[in-house]
Amino acid sequence: MARHRHHRAYWAFIGHRISGIALALFLPAHFLVLGLTLEGAAALDAALVFSDLPAVKFAEWGLVVLLGIHLFFGTRLLVLELLPWPEPAASRTGWILPGAVAAMLIGIVFLAGAI
Amino acid sequence: MSERRLFALQRLSALLLGPLVIIHLVLILYAVRDGLTAAEILARTRGSALWAAYYGAFVLAAAIHAPIGLRNVLIEWTPLPRRAVDLSMIVFCAALAALGMRAVIAVVGG
Amino acid sequence: MGDADELIVSIWRGRETGGLVEYRVPARANQTVLDVVTEVQRRHEPSLAYRFACRVGVCGSCAMTVNGTPRWTCRTHVRKVAADRRLTIEPLRNMPRIKDLACDMNEFFGKWRRAGGVFRGSRTRDDPPMAVDPQSRNRQAANAAIECINCAVCYSACDVVAARPDYLGPAALNRAWTLINDVRHAGRSATLAQATADGGCASCHTLGSCAQHCPVGISPTASIAGLKRLSLLSFLRRTPE
Repeated sequence: MARHRHHRAYWAFIGHRISGIALALFLPAHFLVLGLTLEGAAALDAALVFSDLPAVKFAEWGLVVLLGIHLFFGTRLLVLELLPWPEPAASRTGWILPGAVAAMLIGIVFLAGAI
Repeated sequence: MSERRLFALQRLSALLLGPLVIIHLVLILYAVRDGLTAAEILARTRGSALWAAYYGAFVLAAAIHAPIGLRNVLIEWTPLPRRAVDLSMIVFCAALAALGMRAVIAVVGG
Repeated sequence: MGDADELIVSIWRGRETGGLVEYRVPARANQTVLDVVTEVQRRHEPSLAYRFACRVGVCGSCAMTVNGTPRWTCRTHVRKVAADRRLTIEPLRNMPRIKDLACDMNEFFGKWRRAGGVFRGSRTRDDPPMAVDPQSRNRQAANAAIECINCAVCYSACDVVAARPDYLGPAALNRAWTLINDVRHAGRSATLAQATADGGCASCHTLGSCAQHCPVGISPTASIAGLKRLSLLSFLRRTPE
């Protein structure tokens, strides 16, 4: 009955955390794939061809959107923590929806280029 | 390391990551047009001190930022003891830095 | 669905183990949740344990979880939260249960102290009173957070408090912020050190549930953001921890 969570700033927290977890787990894989270049460009090309699979493209799209979400929601947090608050104290919840929309737009541009 | 220090490192690394991530996103959106090949990536990065500096900073900032964030997740959302959380995040930081710098060397090295 | 004239009220009975027990009370035109709990205790269940004092929204004693939300029951009209005539009333979250709707607030107040919340004056009765400029930024910051009456609604709403037993919580940190901004407080740097220690302000993730639910309109999130700013500044200036 977690009714106390039904407000925007809570969902911003969840979005920021889930995207952070996904990105943190993705990073080692990302570095390993790029490191394939040590074996020659052909090794990297093989991995890139693998990433043409629809499922992988979808995952890439997801990660791009999540990176956008983490960036925009995180920027809101940095602004809240480093800059003075407007009166009356309001936690800039107006930034949340535009941040999510901007991340989705980045995802759309990615798809338009990648497909 | 005190949480006061971890907090400061995470916020400072976040300030650095902001612009680096924006550049990265722009680059991704640009590069995926017309398909992605190793040749295209390497043509840009090979032998470039600029890209070495950019990706090097990116790797180090991420290696600081991600484990500190994950630490909070592990403390709050898992039953793991604090000692295990701290130890695993130190390992994660080292792993990200090592794999990341290896990747930078891979794409920048001749 | 109850009779149009009736409320179906599920109230927590027990301690950590127990269960919801259902009662029915008449639905009235002007009725607060505290009225309902009182009626249940007087007419149906004499052994029901609950707290209240002023009944008019100035003491904070009657805070409970009503249909999942922590609130002051004396200031909650039934009409506002139970459109379908159903009420679920539980004790506040994040505190050990003594009996039924009454919680043990020792840890809540312990954290208040641990965050550096005890005021220490620097003058005696023989000194002139300290001048406090009401327009100063510090005083305005303190004023924005000073009305807290320690009702623990924010503490109960906070997911980090639930997830991390060592987290000092919004009320304690909000209190620390008011003292740090109080020129009369002789222990400002000590309070800052305590509020920025492990389990302090760094653990806040700006969920904002505290500000969302505070019945007095305080934003502990804003106060904690202020603490974070000071914490970062003191780190950069290499102030000893």
